[in-house]
Amino acid sequence: MTSRRTETGGRIDRFRTIRFTFDGASYTGHPGDTLASALLASGVSLFGRSFKYHRPRGVLTAGVDEPNALVTVLRGDVREPNVPATMVEIHDGLVAESQNRFPSLSWDIGALNQLAGKLISAGFYYKTFMGPVIGPLQGTRFWMFCEHFIRRAAGLGRAGKAPDTARYENMNAFCDVLVVGSGPAGLMAARTAAEAGKRVILAELDPVLGGSANWSGETIGEVPAADWAAEAIRDLQEFDSVRLLPRTTVWGYYDGNSLVALERVGDHKERFATDEPRHRQWTIRAGSVVLATGALERPLVFPGNDRPGVMLASAAKRYANEFGVLPGDKVAVFTNNDTAYGAALALKNAGARTVLIVDVRADVSADMRAIANELEAELLTGHAVVATEGGKALSGVTVQPFQAATGTASGEARNIHADGLLVSGGWSPAIHLASQAGARPEWDDGLQAFLPPQPTRKWTGAGAFNGAFSTAESIAQGVAAGMAVSGGGGQRFEPPAVVTVAGDPKPAPVLEIRADGKSFVDFQHDVTADDVRLAHREGFVSVEHLKRYTTLGMATDQGKTSNVPGLAIMAAALGKSIPEVGTTRFRPPFAGVSLGSLAAERFGDLRPERLTPMHDWHVEHGATMYSAGLWHRPQIYGDPGETIEQAYVRETRATRGSAGIVDVSTLGKIAVQGPDAAEFLDRVYTNMFSTLPVGKARYGLMLREDGIAFDDGTTWRLGERDFLMTTTTANAGKVMQHLEYFLDVIWPDLKVAVTSVTDQWAGAAIGGPNARKILQSVVTGTPVDDTALPFMGIVHGEIDGVPVMICRLSFSGEMAFEVYCGADWGTHVWEALMQAGKPYGLVPYGLEALGTMRIEKGHVTGAEIDGRTTARDLHLGWMLSKKKPFIGSAMMDREGLIASDRLQLVGIVALDNRPLSGGAHIVEELHEGNPHGSIGYLTACCYSPSLGKYIALALLEGGKARHGKRAFVSDPLRKRFGPVEIVSHHFFDPEGTRMHG
Amino acid sequence: MLITCPYCGARDVSEFTYQGDGNRQRPAPNSQDLDAWNDYVYDRLNPAGDHNEIWQHSGGCRTHIRVVRNTLTHEISAVQPVRPETKPSPVKPAGRRGARP
Repeated sequence: MTSRRTETGGRIDRFRTIRFTFDGASYTGHPGDTLASALLASGVSLFGRSFKYHRPRGVLTAGVDEPNALVTVLRGDVREPNVPATMVEIHDGLVAESQNRFPSLSWDIGALNQLAGKLISAGFYYKTFMGPVIGPLQGTRFWMFCEHFIRRAAGLGRAGKAPDTARYENMNAFCDVLVVGSGPAGLMAARTAAEAGKRVILAELDPVLGGSANWSGETIGEVPAADWAAEAIRDLQEFDSVRLLPRTTVWGYYDGNSLVALERVGDHKERFATDEPRHRQWTIRAGSVVLATGALERPLVFPGNDRPGVMLASAAKRYANEFGVLPGDKVAVFTNNDTAYGAALALKNAGARTVLIVDVRADVSADMRAIANELEAELLTGHAVVATEGGKALSGVTVQPFQAATGTASGEARNIHADGLLVSGGWSPAIHLASQAGARPEWDDGLQAFLPPQPTRKWTGAGAFNGAFSTAESIAQGVAAGMAVSGGGGQRFEPPAVVTVAGDPKPAPVLEIRADGKSFVDFQHDVTADDVRLAHREGFVSVEHLKRYTTLGMATDQGKTSNVPGLAIMAAALGKSIPEVGTTRFRPPFAGVSLGSLAAERFGDLRPERLTPMHDWHVEHGATMYSAGLWHRPQIYGDPGETIEQAYVRETRATRGSAGIVDVSTLGKIAVQGPDAAEFLDRVYTNMFSTLPVGKARYGLMLREDGIAFDDGTTWRLGERDFLMTTTTANAGKVMQHLEYFLDVIWPDLKVAVTSVTDQWAGAAIGGPNARKILQSVVTGTPVDDTALPFMGIVHGEIDGVPVMICRLSFSGEMAFEVYCGADWGTHVWEALMQAGKPYGLVPYGLEALGTMRIEKGHVTGAEIDGRTTARDLHLGWMLSKKKPFIGSAMMDREGLIASDRLQLVGIVALDNRPLSGGAHIVEELHEGNPHGSIGYLTACCYSPSLGKYIALALLEGGKARHGKRAFVSDPLRKRFGPVEIVSHHFFDPEGTRMHG
Repeated sequence: MLITCPYCGARDVSEFTYQGDGNRQRPAPNSQDLDAWNDYVYDRLNPAGDHNEIWQHSGGCRTHIRVVRNTLTHEISAVQPVRPETKPSPVKPAGRRGARP
């Protein structure tokens, strides 16, 4: 392949060579090159195969709008697909692959699709695979059969399977002014705001700041534009209050002027620096935003407009001026406006010949004729390109006289040899961010483009974004925007003189040449002009429907080049004007965003962990820790070689046989204090608390406003106006918020303060027949006998010099005590209890044994209080006071909540003596092959050492009435079927003789 | 979205918890009027525009505030404490002038 690199010129560093591979072949380039420019310089014209038809595709653009040249970048086994080659900076060792081709880019079997092109039009998949009846494979089934093959044949890059080991980072930033885009307008806005003392962030998606100044070839203030920009950037770097963010794409504009940007920190490096992430996601909250995002050139729609070698005129100019790369030696130009003439001049200066200019306009200005003369190019006004020739590269174009009235070409056709075709269909301001922020774009007939509306106070536009396509205007608007966001005033500004090529950016209102052959609108999704018309004929009249049916603009480039041409064709088909058809709203992201950056720092080691005061003791004593929400709790204290079941059975037997102790510090604890504390608790609990004597505790149940059970726990009356409420571990936060809401919003007259004291107290529950003896041997300052400490009584004393509060209550069903002390003394008290328990064989037990004992007792937890059950479903109807209203009392008696067929809590015993598992269904008749007829499900299961059986709690339709009946467990996923007996949920010691002692 | 807490100043929405429709009127605790309870528990206006809401500064001072938020633009036009008797002294966060943003 021939080199297309110019001898001199460009912003690349020609003294250094970079080596990289593309599709396994080695290439070289220079620092400053993109993958696209380096491959073009090496003579590569074919970059990929198209989405649907597998047509050969080259490079259309030089930037973020690239629809064709998508590649997969590999780092080891980590693949990043669908990256525009125009956005990849080359580095030593870069490995990139083309996409959607098999077996190779040059010989692609899928290209046969081109022969079937007539068949694969808009809606092809819906029509062919989802509608018709073809034998046994009909409708959706046929689609499912074909989908596998279609997914292989159509598509873009392939996602990788190797885990991404790169690091991603999240940053929050605040500034007075965020300037998006660092072309002449953005640079001036940033400098003006900085000079006014504002804190400024300037974000630029390219590696080098300066935007079009880097490749316009203009002269600003008597120096080359790129030098002028470099000087302006140096000025900005002098300000401490300015942050410059190159390689940063601002991709989302959200409420309250929050913008999100992706900074590509490491992609251009051979190795990521150890102290740097690969990508950094910025969340920027800006006082004001200056949108200086420039404009994107549009292609023209004509047959063969997707052939490699067809390139946007501005892209060709950029490759020549910025990268020293020529898109061809003998090029043709096809345009509807003046700007392409300037591009041809830039190519001439770089060493390429323009042989032909085809302009759809019947006449052009004298300035343009002069440029054509200077180029020594043949100028064909009132003509159009109607075909292109060539395989993997362009070899020629066919031109014909153009009839503006019909949009068609007729008359004598000529073939002209050219190896590059520069196309310009005018310019569309990059209004994406403004559109995201809610701005409704307004159509400008002169520019044939959607312009942003009048700026709001949230953002101000400047430069080509506003449709101001000349550099002089952009500079003036940048300064004006900078002043506007700085609150007016500022220094008087003398705009620098700009020397540029003459030309009017206003295009002729022609975006499509109707002629035979495939004319592409959306290159990336292979949507042709005929597809758009077909969609119209099939009745799609709304632009939103058209977009979804044809998938126009729905590819990874989000229609950056296709939006306006697509609308123009749609409007013509409807016989309406473009503003009547309207445009779709742009949505984030503006450009592709790495999933890693979105997930950055939101998982893994940055999730907080809650550890109880005795955590280290548990770990040192062999506990297997289990995460329950954010908490870490002991699951079992396993002996070597023990299974989980063996361990919890041993712990349960030891507790029921003598004594066991469990860490209950995780329970939610809320101090409820104040003159109205008792009245408040009467309102939030279903049962009465104002009658509770000081020094006693009571089990309480809360409902939600709708009458569904919410949470349960014991509340201790420590003083006349002082209660300690405990909640379930999982609901501690929700209960706190619930109480605060009612105190603030509903009953502000109640004098009550609620304080979360969960972390202030360490708690240990010690239970079993010998629990009291252990306490008696270690507690000083108070007796703990039945008189001093009756069931639900509270005493204050000391353990090994540490003040403790002891309440006699039981979750395990044993004679049990909860011992609370200051959190810092938790381990001290725990160890003292363990020491005192030694003569009695006191064992620490974990969540499994805790759960086993509560299942045996039929106590409910979050598995049963699941947001669907009522108090009565859980046999807690006795707790619903009739003497007072409480939260939920008005709604709890609605007919649906008291129906007799509701799921009710029951006990289940496995009759086949095999383990049960949570979530398994209960059925009256077993149908293993066709499971159905569920009457309820298991909520918690265990092996019960006390009964010697596998048991479970379940929620069952009309549960209580089924006591004593047989049924079956049906668990088709885990293949567990078998007979069970339905029993009372009180499996063990239903009279409570053990805990009452 | 920023919410200006009357006690703490302007804070990010992530510090707040939405606590429901501020237009709800809770019937008297002993009311047996099921329609009124139904309105309170289930019926919502769902306006496209300004909406009275209750938020809690759960990641801050934990007080509840009344917020008027535009559901189309997320613009917040009014914030006041739910408890009328408290007199907040607004805190103006000190900006770090000259620091690199």
